[in-house]
Amino acid sequence: MLSRKASKDSHGQDSSYFQGWQEYEKNPYHPIQNPMGIIQMGLAENQLSFDLLESWLRRNSNTMALKKDGVSAFKDLALFQDYHGLPAFKEALVNFMTSMRGNKIKYSSDKLVLTAGATAANEILMFCLTDPGQAFILPTPYYPGFDRDLKWRTGAEIVPMHCSSSNGFRITRCALEQAYQLGQELNLKIKGVLVTNPSNPLGTTMTKTELNHLLDFAIDKNIHIVSDEIYSGTVFDCSSTTGFTSIMEVLNERNNNNYNNIRNHIHMVYSLSKDLGLPGFRVGLIYSNNEKVIAAATKMSSFALVSSQTQFMLSNLLSDAKFIKKYMVENQRRLKRRKDMLVRGLRKAGISCLRSNAGLFCWVDMRHLLSSDSFEAEKELWKRIVCEVGLNISPGSSCHCSQPGWFRICFANISEDALHLAMHRMKVFTSSIFSVRFPIIMMRKKSF
Amino acid sequence: MRLLSTKATCNSHGQDSSYFLGWQEYEKNPYDEILNPKGIIQMGLAENQLSFDLLESWLAKNPDVSGFKRDGKSILRELALFQDYHGLSSFKEAMVDFMAEIRGNRVTFDPDHMVLTAGSTSANETLMFCLAEKGDAFLLPTPYYPGFDRDLKWRTGVEIVPIHCSSDNNFQITESALEQAYEEAQNLNLNVKGILVTNPSNPLGTTLSLEELNLLVDFISGHKNMHLISDEIYSGTVFNSPGFVSVMEVLNNRFSDADEAIWDRVHVVYSLSKDLGLPGFRVGCIYSENDTVVAAATKMSSFGLVSSQTQYLLSAMLEDKKFTRKYLVENQKRLRRRQKMLVSGLEKSGIKCLESNAGLFCWVDMRHLLKSNTFEAEMDLWKRIVYDVKLNISPGSSCHCSEPGWFRVCFANMSEQTLKLAMKRLKSFVAELSSSSDNGDNKAHQSKRKSLTKWVFRLSSRDHRQRDQEER
Repeated sequence: MLSRKASKDSHGQDSSYFQGWQEYEKNPYHPIQNPMGIIQMGLAENQLSFDLLESWLRRNSNTMALKKDGVSAFKDLALFQDYHGLPAFKEALVNFMTSMRGNKIKYSSDKLVLTAGATAANEILMFCLTDPGQAFILPTPYYPGFDRDLKWRTGAEIVPMHCSSSNGFRITRCALEQAYQLGQELNLKIKGVLVTNPSNPLGTTMTKTELNHLLDFAIDKNIHIVSDEIYSGTVFDCSSTTGFTSIMEVLNERNNNNYNNIRNHIHMVYSLSKDLGLPGFRVGLIYSNNEKVIAAATKMSSFALVSSQTQFMLSNLLSDAKFIKKYMVENQRRLKRRKDMLVRGLRKAGISCLRSNAGLFCWVDMRHLLSSDSFEAEKELWKRIVCEVGLNISPGSSCHCSQPGWFRICFANISEDALHLAMHRMKVFTSSIFSVRFPIIMMRKKSF
Repeated sequence: MRLLSTKATCNSHGQDSSYFLGWQEYEKNPYDEILNPKGIIQMGLAENQLSFDLLESWLAKNPDVSGFKRDGKSILRELALFQDYHGLSSFKEAMVDFMAEIRGNRVTFDPDHMVLTAGSTSANETLMFCLAEKGDAFLLPTPYYPGFDRDLKWRTGVEIVPIHCSSDNNFQITESALEQAYEEAQNLNLNVKGILVTNPSNPLGTTLSLEELNLLVDFISGHKNMHLISDEIYSGTVFNSPGFVSVMEVLNNRFSDADEAIWDRVHVVYSLSKDLGLPGFRVGCIYSENDTVVAAATKMSSFGLVSSQTQYLLSAMLEDKKFTRKYLVENQKRLRRRQKMLVSGLEKSGIKCLESNAGLFCWVDMRHLLKSNTFEAEMDLWKRIVYDVKLNISPGSSCHCSEPGWFRVCFANMSEQTLKLAMKRLKSFVAELSSSSDNGDNKAHQSKRKSLTKWVFRLSSRDHRQRDQEER
């Protein structure tokens, strides 16, 4: 009676990623009302800097009242449904993105398409770049939501490109070729590669080496690159070697006119959900030099326009360059502090993390806590952490990681106290595991 | 291997139709009372601009709501983080109450059966994704809103098969027309998944009669797995009798709650874009008693959620029942007045309209002004009206009407003076037409029209970066 899309599980929402969420919903931690409840560490939200936004709003009540120069803009905004977007908002976004990348790339607003969040942007790009049955390569581990966002209604496929802890999960030319081969074997036409840079769930920015591998590969195979840069504003370690580099920068560095073709194959996705912590306002965008993609994506954005009320408010916020600069610096400082807190706390529990310089989470190595090197053991460990330790964290298998034992733990969506409590619970848990294992090791030694 | 997808490179977004071309002409030479009094008057835009003062005064009395405050406290954090695709429950409750109020409280709705979407554009497409796939078709009575060609077909792969309605019986849906459409679909090897109607109708401006509603319900009852979608986006614009009857009312009266077989197959789409005149805020919804549809559509709404900022503002506004009551009554009064003005203005030019009781437009009969009973003649007439009379109106062919000579003319998106001016221009044009009926004049007009045809054809084959506005 219904379509296959409506009846199947292809929305991907039965994975453990969502199940942990459901457990949390049943028993959510609250410092006073439910101090023994589950602490939510599976939600990549940025809750650290709302006070800064709130103070801006207080100083700019006119914007909130939809007034421009004292005159009500309500009627114009209420009627504004042009899928080309509010020009002032696009200008403000373009300036924001440019300054975030240290003015190394100049963006222009006519190459930008506004969408209701990056979720809509990614799906629209798939509709524009693939026909049903065609595929994109994605490095693992990747954001679990992509299984729904990229594949569900589009009919596109994902071919995973397996990254390994042996080299910090970096993208290699070899892994790219292997994924391409896998696509051939599965009879899938590979249309492109989609990367998240900075990475979710790794929390790392892509190196220039990786970006160059990616470019060479895409040029060689004549395919697209989609760079989801939703976390680009969360880079908190900005030294010259570990700052954020966009793929366009690397392309520009090549300084060669032979690259005009590839220029049309690179598309960027961005959103204000992570940097500004505003996922509820549904602000995302596609950026591309490819006119045909922009033309088609603009029409498709009819299905996911950004509320004009929101466009107006945020264009005013983003245009306040002084405020934004201050916000970005302070936000990054707070993110770094939190990350350091999480890393230290985990270390005290005998757990290490992948070294990271961005994002709202750490990629945590719990392989040594597994009862065996298997995904069953990872699932077991995860269930114990959710139900016994009372922490909702995301198991690596839900991110399609090829090695068991890795978990994503978020640090920017809870209070400092909750984070300290979580670390304490973790320490107690790991101590109990070691005290159980230790006697067994002692016995073995005796028998020798 | 082709670089882009078929969807990105084909024309099935339907945006090369005359409907959008008239718009582009208007954009080049828009009427302005002071700056451009000879410009083209926009009468192709189904927007409700008559009652903004009521909304603005409500906002002025409730400044806290736009300032993200509740009881004096900031709720920015709560709203900024709220991306739950189940929607703000206070907003859904306010929406179901508002929808019930529009239906005279003869039906009630359950907020748990409502899915919020970024406009009804998104709602309609989402329903297609849930109910049908490539190889399936939906039957739509003609004439219908041109945007459906894109909204229902483009990315979903679903086809539309028209149910031809005729002026003989005021374009009402008949059983034989339904049967014919069903047969046509079979001949095209398409599996009919359902019927989609707009009630009140765009472009007719009429509410569906009880007979038509019963006919539709009987038809889907008699066919296994067939759905009925009722797009009720104009339900709050009904300004005259016979009044609005929702398909939900008909189900209520004819079937018990336990009759899942029928309740599971009827779905309503709604939006605040027409009744409240807020198309920019992107507020639409799907309402269905089918739990599977609600579950799937809820997940799909991730691709088009309503901004939490907007949900909050509008939940406060719609919760103010004193305001909604006053608004609905006053808005309908103003719409009725405007429609009368248009109808009597057209009458003075010897032009009749389909008798209407809803909507933001009239369905206008200009068959007697056609040179011949053909769509070419309709295009000729349309071009003269756009370029010579300087009124952008929508030709019936863009709405897939099966009879040439009908046009949709909007009345709620301009000032009273502008409407009067438009009527004056039309009167001069009609007078001129009847006086210059000799061949000489016609030849001059024909060659002018030929050159226009070539030019318009070139226009339609380029992708325009001008404002192609969303329209209904």
